[in-house]
Amino acid sequence: MIPVLAAFAVLLASGVTPRLFRPDSGFGRRVGPAGVVIAAALTLIPACRVLAGRTPIREAWPWPMPFGSFAFHLDPLAAFFLVPIVVLSALSAWYGPDYFGGHDPGRAGRSWLPFNALVGGMIGVCLADNALFFLLAWETMALSSFFLVAFDHREEGVRRAAFIYLVAAHVGTAFLLPMFLSFANAAGTADFAAFSGSLSGPAASAAFVLAVIGFGAKAGFVPLHVWLPDAHPAAPSHVSALMSGVMLKTGLYGLIRTLTFLGVPNAWWGWTLIAVGAVSALIGVLFAMAQRDLKRLLAYSSVENVGIICLSLGVATVGRAAGLRPVAFLGFAAALVHTVNHAAFKGTLFLAAGSAVRAAATREMDRLGGLSRRMPFTAAVFLAGSLAASGLPPFSGFFGEFLLLSGLWRGVTEADPSTAVSMAGAASVLALVFGLSLIVYVKAFGVSFLGSPRSDAGSDAVESPASMTVPMAALAAFCVLGGLAWAALFRAVIPAAAGVFGPVPLAETADTSEWLWKIAAVSGLLVLAAGCVALLRLRRGRPAVRSSVTWGCGYGPATARMQYTGSSFVQPATELFGFVLGTRKNVRPPAGYFPAGRRFETETPDMSREKLYRPLLAAVSRLFSRIRAIQEGRLQVYVAYMVLTLLTLLLWMLR
Amino acid sequence: MQTFVPWIQFGIGLVLSPLLAGIVNRTKAFFAGRRGQPLLQVYYDIAKGLAKGAVFSRTATWIFRAGPLIGAAAAVTALALAPFGGRPAAVSFPGDPILFLGLFGLMRGLTVLAALDTGSSFEGMGASREVFFSALTEPVMMLGFLALARESGALSLSGILNAASLERPETALVAVALFIAFLCENSRIPFDDPNTHLELTMIHEVMVLDHGGPDFALIQAGSAVKFWCLGSLIVNLFLPLRPDWPWTANTAAGLAAMAVLAVSVGVVESVTARLRLNRVPQLLAAAAALSALALIFSLG
Repeated sequence: MIPVLAAFAVLLASGVTPRLFRPDSGFGRRVGPAGVVIAAALTLIPACRVLAGRTPIREAWPWPMPFGSFAFHLDPLAAFFLVPIVVLSALSAWYGPDYFGGHDPGRAGRSWLPFNALVGGMIGVCLADNALFFLLAWETMALSSFFLVAFDHREEGVRRAAFIYLVAAHVGTAFLLPMFLSFANAAGTADFAAFSGSLSGPAASAAFVLAVIGFGAKAGFVPLHVWLPDAHPAAPSHVSALMSGVMLKTGLYGLIRTLTFLGVPNAWWGWTLIAVGAVSALIGVLFAMAQRDLKRLLAYSSVENVGIICLSLGVATVGRAAGLRPVAFLGFAAALVHTVNHAAFKGTLFLAAGSAVRAAATREMDRLGGLSRRMPFTAAVFLAGSLAASGLPPFSGFFGEFLLLSGLWRGVTEADPSTAVSMAGAASVLALVFGLSLIVYVKAFGVSFLGSPRSDAGSDAVESPASMTVPMAALAAFCVLGGLAWAALFRAVIPAAAGVFGPVPLAETADTSEWLWKIAAVSGLLVLAAGCVALLRLRRGRPAVRSSVTWGCGYGPATARMQYTGSSFVQPATELFGFVLGTRKNVRPPAGYFPAGRRFETETPDMSREKLYRPLLAAVSRLFSRIRAIQEGRLQVYVAYMVLTLLTLLLWMLR
Repeated sequence: MQTFVPWIQFGIGLVLSPLLAGIVNRTKAFFAGRRGQPLLQVYYDIAKGLAKGAVFSRTATWIFRAGPLIGAAAAVTALALAPFGGRPAAVSFPGDPILFLGLFGLMRGLTVLAALDTGSSFEGMGASREVFFSALTEPVMMLGFLALARESGALSLSGILNAASLERPETALVAVALFIAFLCENSRIPFDDPNTHLELTMIHEVMVLDHGGPDFALIQAGSAVKFWCLGSLIVNLFLPLRPDWPWTANTAAGLAAMAVLAVSVGVVESVTARLRLNRVPQLLAAAAALSALALIFSLG
C-alpha cells in the first residue's frame, strides 16, 4: 500500500503547487499533469501485481472518525478497475496542458487541483474498504469533477450543466447513504470486510434497489443519465475523456462491490439489471444518433455503453441465480472486458474530438467536414476509436460484445424456456444496438472528418502538437490491437470473476480464452487477406491514375454545402424511431414564385428531461410555492413564528 | 484429406462466387425474354477492372482506397467461417456466428466510410440507407440463429446449420426470415435494385459511384463472396446432408443448391416490384417476427 499512499501524496502536492507558485508559468501548467503521471505509475505497480496473481493486499490505519478507518483492500476486482483508471488519467493529464494552450493559462494551471483530486478520488473509491472512507472518496470525486465541468464558467450553458451534474451526483449519494447505513447497522461496523452476507431477504433487496439508483446516477443509467449529455460537452475534452471513460465506471464498480456483499442474488435483481441495461443501451444509441454536437453524441454513446455493461452484469446475476455457471462467467467477463474497452475507445474518441474541436472551434458536426485532410493523425485516431466503439472485429470493442452475446447464446440454448426467451430478447435488442451504433460512429467520423469542409470553421484547422497526439495514439493502439490484447489479457479477468463468484472452473475459462485466440487467428486471416488483395492491386504496376472532382452525375460545380449532412444521414432512422426521440422540427418551406426566408431546424431534447424531470420539478416547485404562503415578509410575523415554536417546544418538554 | 476439405470448399466458394451473379442475371433475362449477358460476365468485369487505371476524387483520402480492400478481405474471411454442403466450415468455434455477423459489419462500415469520403451527396444518401437497413437486419439474423441454436444445442454456425432439418416448422420459418435478410444484405429486389440507372433510387450502387478500375473490381468480387457466404447458410438449412457422406457428393449437392438459390433470386427479382423505401423497415420487422416465432417454436 505504500506506493498508493505515495501516489495520494504526489497528487495532492502537485495539485497544490501551481496555486503556491505562478499557475500561468510553464512549470505551473505542467507540474499538475506530471504528478498524475507519477501517481499513475506508482499505483500501477501493486495493481498489476495483484492482477498477475499475487495475494490481495488488505491494510488499515486508525482514523479518529466515528466508524471510520483508513482501510484499503486491493483485490483483483479493484485492481481490474484501477488499471484503466490510472492509465487513462495519466494519458489525459499528458494531453491536458497543450489542449488548454494559451487559453487563460492561469486558470488552466489552477484546474489541476480538482483534476488531481478527481484522480485521487477514483483511486480511493476503488481501494476503500470502509463505508465512510468510500463515501469520502466518492464525494471528493463528485465535487472535484463539478469544478472541472464548470471550467468555462463564464458561459451560461456550462454553469447550468455543472449545476445539473452537482444535483445528480448528490441525489445519487442520497441513495447510497441509507444503503451503507443498513449494511453497517446489520454488520455492526462500517468495514466492508464484515458486510458480506450481513443482509438477507427484503433488506437485501432494498439495499440492491438503493445501490442501483445511487450508483446508477453516477454511471448514467436511463433515466438517471440527464446530467451526462450536458456535462461532457461542457467540460474540457481531457476531463470529458476521464469522466466518460472511467469516472462512470466507478458507479459500476460500486454496484459490483455491493453485489458481492449481497451473496447469492435473486433472479429478479438480474432481470432488473438486464431491463435497465437494455433500455439504457437502446435510448443511449438512439439519442446519440440524433445529436449534432460531436461531444454530446459521445456522451450519449457512453449511456449506451454503460447500458451494455449493466446488461452484462444482469446476465451474470441471472446466470448465478439460476445456477448457470458458464452464463454467469461469460456475462461477468463481458462486463469487465467492456469496461476496459470503453475506457480505451471513449478516451480515444474524446481526446481526438477535443483535438478536432480545438482546431475547428466548433462542436457542430454539420459545420465540420474534411478534417482528415487537415488533421490526418487526429482523423486516424478517431477512426480507430470509432471502429472499436461500433464493435467491429478485429477492434477491441468487439470482444466485450462477443463475450456478452456468447453468454446470452449459452443461456438461450441451456436455460428453461422463459429464461431462454428473455435472453433471446436481450440478444436481439443488443443486435439492434450494435447495428445502430455503427450508424452513430459512421456519422460521427464520416461527417466531421470526411468529405469537404462545410464551413470556414474547419477549413484552416491545423494538426495538434505531439503532446496531444501521442496519448491519443497510445489509446488508439489498444483499440486496434484489441484482438491480440484480449486473447493475452483474458487471464486477468479470471481472478476478478473468482472474487465475485468463487473459484471458476478451469475448463470454462480455458474454453473462453481458446475462442478469443481463435478470433485473433481469424483477425490474422483478415489482415492476410487484406495483404493479398493489396498485393494483387500493387502487382498491376502503376496503371494510369488521375484525380478529378467527385462524380456529381454530370453536374460539375457542386459545393461543399450540397454534401449530405449528419442530420440527413440519420434521418431514415430518426424518422422510424421518432416516437422515442420526439425530435422537434421547425420548418418554414419555400413558398410562392420568389421563395424567400425558408428555414429548417431540428432539435432533439433529452426525453427523460422533457417527459420526466420537467413535470416532476414543476410539480415540486408548485408544491413549495404553496408553502411560501407562510413567508409573509413582515418581521412581526416571523417573531410570532419563533414565539410559537418556543412555546410548542416548552409544552412538549413539560409534557 | 478430410482436414483439407473445408479449405477446398473455401477455394471453390472464392472461385465460383462471381458465377452466381451471372446465373441471377440470366434468369432475369429469361423472364424478360432477352438472351442476357454471358454467364461469366462478372469474371470479365473483374478482370477488366483490375487491369484498368482509376480516377480518384480530389476530396477523397486513403479511406476511399482502403474501403474496397478491407471490404473484400472481410468477405473472404467470413467465407472461411461459412459451412458449405453439410460439412463444418474451415474455422469453427462456439460463438462464431457473432464474428461472422461482425465481419459483414466491418465490410459495410468501411464501404460506407469510403462513400462519405467522396463528399458526394448521392453517396451520402446511399450510405445513409445502407447502414439503416442493415441495422434492422441484424436482429433478424441474430434471432434466426438463436432459434436454430436452441433447437440444436450447438453454438457454432457449422453446428447449428448442419443439425437443422426442414421437417421442423421453426427451421422453415428461419429459412424464410434468413432469405429476406439475405436479399436485403445483398441489395436485391425488393430492397434495392442492382440494375437501376437513377442515382436517387440506388442504395448499394450509389455508394460505389466514384470507385473505378481495380477498386470497383474488388467491390464486385467482395459482393459476390458475400452473396456466396450468406447464401450457403440458407442452402445448408434446406439440404438434408450428413457430414459423414463423401465430401464430393456433399459439395456437388451444395453447388447445385447454390445454383437453385441464384435462380430463385432471379425469379424473385423478375416477379416482384421494389418496395417503397419507407416500407422496407416493415418487411424487415416482419422477418424479425418470423425469427421470433421460430424461436418460440424451438422452445417446445
